[in-house]
Amino acid sequence: MTPELESAYSGRKLVARVATIASAGAVLLALVPLAAIFAFVVSRGLRGLSLAFFTEPVGVRGAGMANAIVGTIELVFLASAMGIPLGIAAGLYLAEYASTWLARTVRFAADVLAGVPSILVGVVVYATVVVRMKQYSAFAGAASLAIVMFPLVARTTDELARTVPDSLREAALALGASRWRTAIFVVLRTAAPGIRSGCLLAVARVCGETAPLLFTAYNNRFYSESLFAPTSTLQVQIFTYTMTANDDWHAQAWAAALVLVAIVVVLNVIARRVLVEREAA
Amino acid sequence: MSDSNNSIRPRGSRVGEAAAKMRADKLSAWFGGKQALREITLPLVERKVTAVIGPSGCGKSTFIRCLNRMHEVVVDARTAGDVLLDGRSIYGMDVDPVRVRRRVGMVFQKPNPFPTMSIRDNVLAGLRLSGVDPSDGGALVEEVLGQAALWEEVKDALDRPGGALSGGQQQRLCIARCLALQPEVVLMDEPCSSLDPAATAKIEELIHDLRDRYTIVVVTHSMQQAARVSDFTAFFYLGELVEYDHADVIFTKPSDPRTEDYITGRFG
Repeated sequence: MTPELESAYSGRKLVARVATIASAGAVLLALVPLAAIFAFVVSRGLRGLSLAFFTEPVGVRGAGMANAIVGTIELVFLASAMGIPLGIAAGLYLAEYASTWLARTVRFAADVLAGVPSILVGVVVYATVVVRMKQYSAFAGAASLAIVMFPLVARTTDELARTVPDSLREAALALGASRWRTAIFVVLRTAAPGIRSGCLLAVARVCGETAPLLFTAYNNRFYSESLFAPTSTLQVQIFTYTMTANDDWHAQAWAAALVLVAIVVVLNVIARRVLVEREAA
Repeated sequence: MSDSNNSIRPRGSRVGEAAAKMRADKLSAWFGGKQALREITLPLVERKVTAVIGPSGCGKSTFIRCLNRMHEVVVDARTAGDVLLDGRSIYGMDVDPVRVRRRVGMVFQKPNPFPTMSIRDNVLAGLRLSGVDPSDGGALVEEVLGQAALWEEVKDALDRPGGALSGGQQQRLCIARCLALQPEVVLMDEPCSSLDPAATAKIEELIHDLRDRYTIVVVTHSMQQAARVSDFTAFFYLGELVEYDHADVIFTKPSDPRTEDYITGRFG
C-alpha cells in the first residue's frame, strides 16, 4: 500500500470503530425503557395478583378481573376473525392488481387509516354501530379493533405478496391456473410465513388498544351475557381503576397490566411455536 | 392471400405447412409503444422440435409467449395477427386463455418450482391449480417424472421440497409439472441457459425423447443446441423472421446472409 492509501485506511478503520460503538450504545439506550417498563410492571403487578384476580369478576367482593381477562381474549379473537381475513384479501388484491387506480386508492386509504388516531375509530363505530343498536357491545368493540387491524394486515400482506417473484406467478398461469387461484395457492402460500408474523403483530397491537373500546365495548362489572352487551376488557379496566384515588384499585390496575403483557407474550410464543412446527412438518 | 404476400415471405416458410400443429399468422407483438415482433408467419410442425434462434432482443421469447397467451400477462403488452392451434384461433373472442395454456404448456428460462410444495405436489400443481384433485396421483407422478428422466433420482424423496433439488433437476421437475397436464404443445424458453453442461445434455436428451409425443418449440441462443435438438429452425432478427427451414438446411446452406452471419458467429 502507498502511504496515502495506508493513512486513508487507518482513518476509515477508526471511523468504523466509532460508528460501531455509537450504534451499540443506541441499541442499549433503546433497550432501557423496554426493560424499565417490564421491571416496573412485573414488580408492581405481582403485588396485586391473587387467585381471586383470575377467578372472580370485577363486581364481586374481594374482586378479581376474570371477566376483563375473558373479555379481552374474546374481543381480540372476534376482531381477528373479522380483521385478518379481510386484511389478507385486500392485501392480496393490492399486490396482484398493484397498478390499477382502485389498488392505488385503497393503498393510500389504508396508509391513512393506519395513521388515524384509534380513538377516532372508536368514535366512528360509536356513531355507526353503538348508536344504531342502542347498546354498547363486544361486537362494537371487536369491530373497532378490526378496523385498527385491517390496514396493518392489508399493507403487510401487500408488501410481502409483492416480494413473491413473478416467475412463480408465471409458472402457475402457464399451468392454466386462473388469476385468483394463482394468488391464493401460489402467492399467498409462498408469502405465508411473513404474513403470519404480520398478523401476529397486528393482534399484539390491538391487545393494547384502549381508546377505541371506551365507547364501543364500554365496561361491565360482571361477565358479559352476550356479544351484544357491554363487555369488560383489561385495557378499559386499567384505565378505569387508574383514574380513581383508591390504592387497592391502583394495585389491581398494575396486576391487570401485568396480565395483559403476559397475554401478549404468550400469544407470541404460541404463534411462534405453531409456526416452527408447521415449517418442520 | 395474394401472391404479393407470398413473395415477401422468407424462403422456405412453406416447409411443414401441411403438418402444422400450430401456426403463427402475421403475428405482431408490442410492449407499450415498442414493437417486439413484426408480422411473423410460421408453422410449428406436429411432433417435431422447432428451434427459435437469434440474438438477444430479437423477439424469440416474446414469440413463444404469444403461443400460449402468456405475452398478454405483462402490463401494457398487446398482440395483433393470429395464432392457430389445430386450425383454430387461440385469440378468438370466445377463447379462454386458461384453456389455451392447458393445451400449450411452457417451461421457463429459470427453473421455477413452487418453493413451498414438495416434489410430488409440484408435479400435481397444474391439476390442483385447475381445481382437479387427481385420484390416481401416484401413478401420474411416476409416469411424468419418468418421462422427464427424473424419477430414478427422486423416487425416494417425493416429499422433499422442490426447491431443494439442483438446478438441472429443478428444470426437469418443471418439465414434469408441465407434462402432467398432458399438453399437446410444449414451449421451452431457453430451458438450459441457467444450467451447467451436464444438466444441459440431460435436458437436450429429454427433448429428443419427448418429440414422439409432443410438438415442441425451443427458444435458444445456442446454435449448437438448436442444431442438436431441432428438426426445424427459425432465425429471428430485430423482431422479424429472417429464415425458416429444416434445421440441416439452416445450418448448412442458409439463404439469407444475416442467417449465415449469425450462425457463423459474426454477430449476436
